[in-house]
Amino acid sequence: MTATVSFDSVQVGTELPAQSFSLQRVNLVMYAGASGDFNVIHWNERVARSVGLPNVIAHGMLTMAEAGRVLTDWVGDPGAVLEYGVRFTRVVAVPDDDAGALLEVTGTVTELLDGRRVRVELSAAAAGEKVLGQARAVVQLA
Amino acid sequence: MALDQAFVGRTYPATDAYLVSAAKIREFADAIGDDNPAYRSVDAARALGHRDVVAPPTFVIVVTSRAASQVTSDPALGLDYSRVVHGEQSFTYERPIVAGDRLVAVATVEKIRSAAGNDLLTVSCAVSTADGEPVATARSVIVARGTAKD
Repeated sequence: MTATVSFDSVQVGTELPAQSFSLQRVNLVMYAGASGDFNVIHWNERVARSVGLPNVIAHGMLTMAEAGRVLTDWVGDPGAVLEYGVRFTRVVAVPDDDAGALLEVTGTVTELLDGRRVRVELSAAAAGEKVLGQARAVVQLA
Repeated sequence: MALDQAFVGRTYPATDAYLVSAAKIREFADAIGDDNPAYRSVDAARALGHRDVVAPPTFVIVVTSRAASQVTSDPALGLDYSRVVHGEQSFTYERPIVAGDRLVAVATVEKIRSAAGNDLLTVSCAVSTADGEPVATARSVIVARGTAKD
């Protein structure tokens, strides 16, 4: 693997470039097809509301994938991500309009590890509410 | 009804081998809107040291969901799938998945516990090549809402 970020260039507190991701209904449909997760709560508003959800919701795994782009875009090589985990703390409702939901993701180096690895903590919010908890990764740097 | 603790430690049969295609990796990358060339171009992936186009980190779920569904749909376990939400997900990687991999996944029930009236089921899925090379481990916490005290 070939990370483009040098371990020597980061310290605890180094911030990864923040990104925002727009999630619209079409993205949920595409993710359903690509992942094989066709749970109706991700595409059928009638059913989603009938089970108490505010609207159709994004797949948790789609939210996790988008947040992960902050890691992979930073380090360059997707293979440099050694560990990645999240808690899904709040659903991301995706209304049927032209805006959808906006996922805002930041990342910070929280620990320097041996072997030129670092621990990164991610923060992901939609509509001003945190949607992931304990979103952490271990990344191999150059 | 609370889930049966006797399922803790139970391992399910390995899934049939899943052949990772470059087309599926590209489809997945398109779905998450990620234009990283390493997901699309063999040359770009090789420049990073990979044998073929590489998969995004969360692509593992394409392989492990087949294994995990053996657990969640096991009638003996009796999980009410209409009440299920995804609570947590984590991955550890031995190496990234690349096109051409033939992958199998083995699901194990790691933990069953109840909290606030919900059943929480932890399932780990070990992903390896069909030849036995370890690739990744996925751990999922599945929450069955409001089932523990019924």
